[in-house]
Amino acid sequence: MNIMSEAAVEETLANRVAEEQAPVKMLCRNVSVHYGADQALYDVDLDVGEHQVTALIGPSGCGKSTFLRCLNRMNDTIDICKVSGDIRLDGEDIYSPSIDVVELRANVGMVFQKPNPFPKSIYENVAYGPRIHGLASSKAEFDEIVEKSLTRAGLFEEVKDRLQSPGTGLSGGQQQRLCIARAIAVGPQVILMDEPCSALDPIATARVEELIDELRQKYTIVIVTHSMQQAARVSQRTAMFHLGKLVEEGATDKMFTNPDDQRTQDYITGRFG
Amino acid sequence: MSDVTTTPGLVSGTTQPKRDIGIKKRYAAERRFKLYGLLAISIGILFLLLLMWSVISKGYTAFQQTAINLPITFSEDIIDPKKERATNPQVLMMANYPRLARDGLLAELGIDPTDKKNRKLVRAAGKMVSAGSRVQLRELVVADPSLIGKTIPVWVLASGDVDSAFKGQVDLSVEEKRRKISDQQVAWMNQLAEDGTLVKRFNTGLFTFGASSRPETAGVGVAIIGSLYMMLIVLVLALPIGVAASIYLEEFAPKNRWTDMIEVNINNLAAVPSIVFGLLGLAVFINFAGLPRSASLVGGLVLTLMTLPTIIIATRAALKAVPPSIRAAALGVGASRTQMVFHHVLPLAAPGILTGTIIGLAQALGETAPLLLIGMVAFVVGYPSSPMDPATALPVQIFMWANEAERGFVERTSGAIIILLGFLAVMNITAILLRRRFERRW
Amino acid sequence: MSTATTILIVLCLGLVGYLAGRFRSVKLSSGTPQSLHSRPGYYGWFVAICATMPALLLLTAWVSISPAIIDNRVFDTLPDAVQTLPDSDHALQMSKVNAVAQGLSRLTAEQRQSFESGSEDLRELMAQTGVAVAGDIESYMPAAATLLLEQRAASANYRTLLVLVLAVAGFCYAWIQVGPQMRARNRVEAVVLGMLIIASSIAILTTVGIVLSMISETWRFFSSVPPMEFFFGTVWDPRFAAAGDTDSVGQFGLVPLLAGTLYIALVAMVVAVPIGLYAAIFMSEYASPRLRSVAKPLLEVLAGIPTIVYGFFALVTVGPFLRDISAQINGLVLGEVSSFIQAQSVLTAGVVMGIMLIPFVSSLSDDIITAVPRSLRDGSLGLGATQSETVRRVIIPAALPGIVGALLLTGSRAIGETMIVVLAAGVAARLSINPFEPMTTVTVKIVNQLTGDLEFTSPQTLVAFALGLTLFFITLGLNVYALYIVRKYREEYE
Repeated sequence: MNIMSEAAVEETLANRVAEEQAPVKMLCRNVSVHYGADQALYDVDLDVGEHQVTALIGPSGCGKSTFLRCLNRMNDTIDICKVSGDIRLDGEDIYSPSIDVVELRANVGMVFQKPNPFPKSIYENVAYGPRIHGLASSKAEFDEIVEKSLTRAGLFEEVKDRLQSPGTGLSGGQQQRLCIARAIAVGPQVILMDEPCSALDPIATARVEELIDELRQKYTIVIVTHSMQQAARVSQRTAMFHLGKLVEEGATDKMFTNPDDQRTQDYITGRFG
Repeated sequence: MSDVTTTPGLVSGTTQPKRDIGIKKRYAAERRFKLYGLLAISIGILFLLLLMWSVISKGYTAFQQTAINLPITFSEDIIDPKKERATNPQVLMMANYPRLARDGLLAELGIDPTDKKNRKLVRAAGKMVSAGSRVQLRELVVADPSLIGKTIPVWVLASGDVDSAFKGQVDLSVEEKRRKISDQQVAWMNQLAEDGTLVKRFNTGLFTFGASSRPETAGVGVAIIGSLYMMLIVLVLALPIGVAASIYLEEFAPKNRWTDMIEVNINNLAAVPSIVFGLLGLAVFINFAGLPRSASLVGGLVLTLMTLPTIIIATRAALKAVPPSIRAAALGVGASRTQMVFHHVLPLAAPGILTGTIIGLAQALGETAPLLLIGMVAFVVGYPSSPMDPATALPVQIFMWANEAERGFVERTSGAIIILLGFLAVMNITAILLRRRFERRW
Repeated sequence: MSTATTILIVLCLGLVGYLAGRFRSVKLSSGTPQSLHSRPGYYGWFVAICATMPALLLLTAWVSISPAIIDNRVFDTLPDAVQTLPDSDHALQMSKVNAVAQGLSRLTAEQRQSFESGSEDLRELMAQTGVAVAGDIESYMPAAATLLLEQRAASANYRTLLVLVLAVAGFCYAWIQVGPQMRARNRVEAVVLGMLIIASSIAILTTVGIVLSMISETWRFFSSVPPMEFFFGTVWDPRFAAAGDTDSVGQFGLVPLLAGTLYIALVAMVVAVPIGLYAAIFMSEYASPRLRSVAKPLLEVLAGIPTIVYGFFALVTVGPFLRDISAQINGLVLGEVSSFIQAQSVLTAGVVMGIMLIPFVSSLSDDIITAVPRSLRDGSLGLGATQSETVRRVIIPAALPGIVGALLLTGSRAIGETMIVVLAAGVAARLSINPFEPMTTVTVKIVNQLTGDLEFTSPQTLVAFALGLTLFFITLGLNVYALYIVRKYREEYE
């Protein structure tokens, strides 16, 4: 990781205070990603504000998912993927050797494009994270975490009578909320969502969007979406990606009404994408 | 890295205290788990090396055979004392050839066979020459009767015991009575070796001889021919039938009960113990159809039935790998289904089919159990001239030798295994090369 | 005319048919090949098929049926004394007649005369032609043999005539049929399809053949040994009685054989499953591409080695090694050097069989583990699970049905394995729980009972088929169930 100059960091942070923005939860500078010989991401600088929903938009293949996966080092699981640049969580470089990837992912959870509940019961799906991290010891504690997480994910009422039935038996929208509950149960600070609604019908999508808005109170959320409307509905800040580069970043209202960049305007008005 | 968090209030203020999620213990478990995996693979590979080492270290000596260069006098007194070979050719067949070899050896050692006192020595010396000299010398004389009366140097095989001793496989520290070679014979052996008359030569006999009760004249030549016949039969029958069956199932068959049953059947046949195929061969081909026992024809038929599922499964995979767009393109220009299959799909699938066939053949070549039941455990000395003749197969020959107690046979068994593995290696490498050369990624 | 010549002639006719059909179709199209329904080649094939196929089918049928009919006719002419003999002797008598016929057919004219004039013994003559007849040649045999030869010659003549007539008729029929309107391609393709269907039913025929042949022989076995004694008997002592001695049937208890089979298979699984499973997990989850590209083929080499080689390895290396090491251990512990593991033992056979099964387990499990969708892996890793936690808590449970299926297939393989146990397990049918002593298996006994010269009517031989049938059904059950599980598992993740 190339360490950015401390002065630059200070300056960025100072600017934010001046703009009365939310404090920075995650700070990214010069993030580039290579898949073998191909470069997928070029020098992205982006800050993620605390208790905000940051939406990443852009045409398919623009690198927004790749960027998202850098934030909890999921790209580590791909052999040929190389990440460079500086990404900090609460000011700490997450790619530094002193940071443990397991610990990082416990703090930066992830929800995937396709609902991927484990082939276990609903209860075990939610209890999985706490179990591996040793966050609870007694049955009562587990019960509490499971109930709290499911409630927060707005699923508890629907499934409370069949917690022991398999998670794969739920409907698509319910499965995705289960996956969100599963991520919440670990007690993360940041939740990354990779097009969480792309496999859902409109009603389930609305339900999940509502949920995202509620979750903002407690968590910092970064969401990748290909739907303009969704970005407008749920996010406070929006970042536009194109061909592996960050085109523009700003408050969602501004981005959708008066973007600085021509490409953003074209994309939002549907000229390409 | 330097501490950015020194600027309070600028960075998110709610930094939670570090939670204890048992990282250390969990990483220890991780390392342990990984170690088990590595260990498992190492054990697997270790076993492979051990097996190879065991076979090769025991078997490489089989490719050499001790032989003695002796001046053989084709004495008429011994071969044809009554001088009737002109009228009765049987005489040349029945003559006492081992004595010629023995006398040759005695001459080399400077012992007088006519001296009564030397009787014991003469007998001991006679045991140093392989009884296979009978056939060897007889063939020389039958081919050229004018040899009679002449003396020419001939390489005669040493007996199995001398061979073992000369290769250092006999523990000479053991009490003389308890080993098969006496001190006197060892002394002679060393003397001959010093003179250069007794040497180890490349063992061509291992590749050309048939079954024998003496290790030095036992070879896998006959068994290889038997195996060859069987492979030929398997290739001629299993390849067309297997390909035809796969084409039907993959390209034509409607999805119904019948084809489903065939499918289940083929998968199941691939997993039926091979010995059951032997029982089938015994009951159907030998008892019912009346084909001869021990014939490579029956062996080939049994192996064909065994290999069919392998070939069908490989062929179907190859056919499946041809993308549907090719089929659509062919049908789109007005080809019939049959034309589509035979003009387009089959040629594209051919490399895969060929690879599968070679692997199936390799499997069949190494198969032993079913052949035991159809009488291939036969003591076959002569080459089979047709697939109907009694024959044996390479793995069966190995099985029979494995049951022989003599030291020389352990060496030969391992030697035969090396030959078998050599064949299999060549076949499999061919298959791999074919796949590399013709593999098409869609 | 010999069968081979007949076939050759028919095939030649087919070739002529191909050329003729092609030529005729071109000619009938009067210079505009587009007016033909099919390409000329198809007309050629059509004629060739019509000329050869019915003829060859008739030939096959004739060759397979006529010997039985001829034998029957000849047998009917044998003296009453022979006809009233028990069934098993009929075959013996007929085989002698056959041998005599074979000898007669080889005699030269001179020898034949001398035999007919009675001057020389038939036996002597036979021996000179290289035909050995076991037992005495009865007086009625030469006549029967002569009849046999006559019948055969007549049969061969009729056969050749009919086959050739049929071939020519087929040729002419097809020749007349050829015309621009005829759908030659469709007809040829129908024949091709028919042949494909026949080829694919051979798999079914094989299974039917296995089941029928073994059931009929097993039935005969159960006529002399009650099924209860076979399935529940605890003593295996078949007593190789002299031929014809029906008193000492011996005991055929399946239990000790089955126990040995399962015991050895269990030991093999204990060796193969952990090693194979861990190897598969390491290979699919941890190994770098380079390590994988070396280790995977090496393990697969283990799978390509014939079982006879494993058997030999067990016999000359592993068995003696275990025996010696046990002696060493005894020497250290008790101060008395004596081995407690025998060279041929359950342990030896089991361990070596386990080695053989390692690649089997690992490649099956590897396929199954890699079939677990990536999204599950990501889901678990995304929650902060370590790789091994993901494997143990998500991937293995998700892959469990498939793995169980794979293990069942492996078990079925272990049960049916023959060469290793023949060489390394021993032949003593004993019920024991000591893995250091020899036990025997179903497959070993099948081999034992069927190698060597035995008559096919004694229970000592027939029991092999009962054993084979038992083995077949056990492995069939395991395979079908395992394949069903694996198939369902695959569908779940597709």
